[in-house]
Amino acid sequence: MIWRVVQYSILALATLFFLLPVYLVVVTALKEPAAITLESTWQLPRVWYWESFAQAWSAFLPKLQNSFFLTVTATLLSAMLGSINGYVLSKWKFPGANIIFPLMLFGMFIPYQAVLIPLFQFIREIGLGGSLWGLILVHVVYGLPITTLIFRNYYAEIPDELVEASRIDGAGFWGIYRNVIFPLSIPGFVVVIIWQFTQIWNEFLFAVTLVSSPSSQPITVALAQLAGGEAVKWNLPMAGALLAALPTLLVYILLGRYFIRGLLAGSVKG
Amino acid sequence: MKWLRNLDSLVAVLTLLPSVILLAIFVYGFIGQTIQTSLTNWGKDPAQALAINPVLQFVGLENYKELFSGFIHGRFRQDLVNNIFFTVFFVGGCLLVGLSLAIILDRGPKGEGFFRTVFLFPMSLSFIVTGTIWRWMLQPAGGVNQLPAAVGLPEGRFAWLTSRQQVLQFDWNHLPLFTAWLIGLILLWIGISALRNAQVRRGWIAVGSAALLIGWAIFIGPRVQLLPFPEIHGFNLAFIGIIIAAIWQMSGYTMALYLAGLRGVPEELREAARVDGASEVQLYRRIILPMLAPITLSAMIILGHISLKIFDLIWAMTGVDNAPTEVPALLMYVTTFRSNIIADGAAIATILLLLVALVIVPYLYSQLRSEVRR
Repeated sequence: MIWRVVQYSILALATLFFLLPVYLVVVTALKEPAAITLESTWQLPRVWYWESFAQAWSAFLPKLQNSFFLTVTATLLSAMLGSINGYVLSKWKFPGANIIFPLMLFGMFIPYQAVLIPLFQFIREIGLGGSLWGLILVHVVYGLPITTLIFRNYYAEIPDELVEASRIDGAGFWGIYRNVIFPLSIPGFVVVIIWQFTQIWNEFLFAVTLVSSPSSQPITVALAQLAGGEAVKWNLPMAGALLAALPTLLVYILLGRYFIRGLLAGSVKG
Repeated sequence: MKWLRNLDSLVAVLTLLPSVILLAIFVYGFIGQTIQTSLTNWGKDPAQALAINPVLQFVGLENYKELFSGFIHGRFRQDLVNNIFFTVFFVGGCLLVGLSLAIILDRGPKGEGFFRTVFLFPMSLSFIVTGTIWRWMLQPAGGVNQLPAAVGLPEGRFAWLTSRQQVLQFDWNHLPLFTAWLIGLILLWIGISALRNAQVRRGWIAVGSAALLIGWAIFIGPRVQLLPFPEIHGFNLAFIGIIIAAIWQMSGYTMALYLAGLRGVPEELREAARVDGASEVQLYRRIILPMLAPITLSAMIILGHISLKIFDLIWAMTGVDNAPTEVPALLMYVTTFRSNIIADGAAIATILLLLVALVIVPYLYSQLRSEVRR
């Protein structure tokens, strides 16, 4: 009985810890700028003020569009490539595959600072400096390790007999992929796409170094700039934070099961 | 050869090739270039700033030597200390919160699904969003400090992100001494527990290296001087708020890892222990927690490498150029892209990479080796 009480009080405290920031964001975003004072931080707004969202929306719309374009393109490309790589590494094991795979995998753990200087020069040299396409290329390449890993582990569950049977029927490398592997890949694609979508949408280091022109900034950079300014009232950063969080939050709430699978896959074996 | 049974095997390898080449260039090629840059004087000679093709001089390990012992690079050393303290508290906090929540949720309370969703949702947010929110939460005269007032207590006074206070101070010159003691004692513990389990060879190797390290720490260590002057470093209290925000974001992940592990403990095992008269506390201490040890290790490594790379969260909470809450990942950015001292930036990046590799390479190795064995 006492254990029960302890258990539920810990759960209640933890819920408070996790949800108080959410309450504060929503309340602050809905207050008039003049009504935001430090002493009344936790009080509900006296007047519901929706103007902040309209302002944040018009200021952030181009950045949100940038983020969407960047995220969707890079996610789809890296998922496609990851699927094919995973297919090769699970069903067409060649000598040396056990050396190449860990070497590929290492790429997802490095601190990206260790490649940032040559990367910055490289993107500028090939003429993609400042544009979104450079960022897309970077996200596709550094996304390859995780997408390959998830698909490789996913395809390992598909029985080799299926592949063998299709081969006896005369299907080649691509035929097997089209007829056997790809049709079974939908859950794998859902996990990978959700994972990459979240990662790329939330990414900051590459975005802030590689995109120089404000017109192609993704949302994270714009939000960091807005919130970093001292003069600004807090209603706008809070409304902006909500807008920036909404897409990944929706994905998490609607497809949480697959999100967690990607999360656990990130620890290599899960 | 057997694997070249037909053309398809060749097609398979050729299909993988573009990805392999891309990663070879973007990961290993660029790392090589960074290391190369770190051995030059790029950005340190005023003549280079004006030249279109700056002439770089090879200076060997000079930049590294400067970072670890040069008078003006005390900031880098404090950043390193910051990152170590941050890692210890952040990883420890995540493990503690994650494990407690996982154990409670595993016992199937009412509304389990709701709680799970709530504890895990911060994982889907960007560190920038988290940082922005918590920066507002931790304003000196508002947010968290106002919370006690809501229940009638005096409001808090702690200057969360702006505090200049430093605790747990130590002299940089004593760093090798402390490290030797720490690793020596850990090895001693590993060795003794190995000997108890009759793993003789492993035990004596560990005890032997421990004796060597501790002997060094007693006889030679106290006389080692890294710098010609004492240099005090410590834990900056301004980090507490950042650590709380980081735990808020990542403890749900730790909980998910533990929960997956707890679900793997067979019900029969729990029943058997209960039948044998084990209390619930004993059941967890003696049976379930030891079974979770591999998960704890995985979580420590994943969280540890995240905390060594922490960048966006601090940027969003205290800005990019705030010395008390700086870590090497941020200093690298500032040095390279704001101060244009590119060689130093590359050296810091290389040190960061080595630290992360130290954690990740053995982990990848053991993970993939056990996979082959399966």
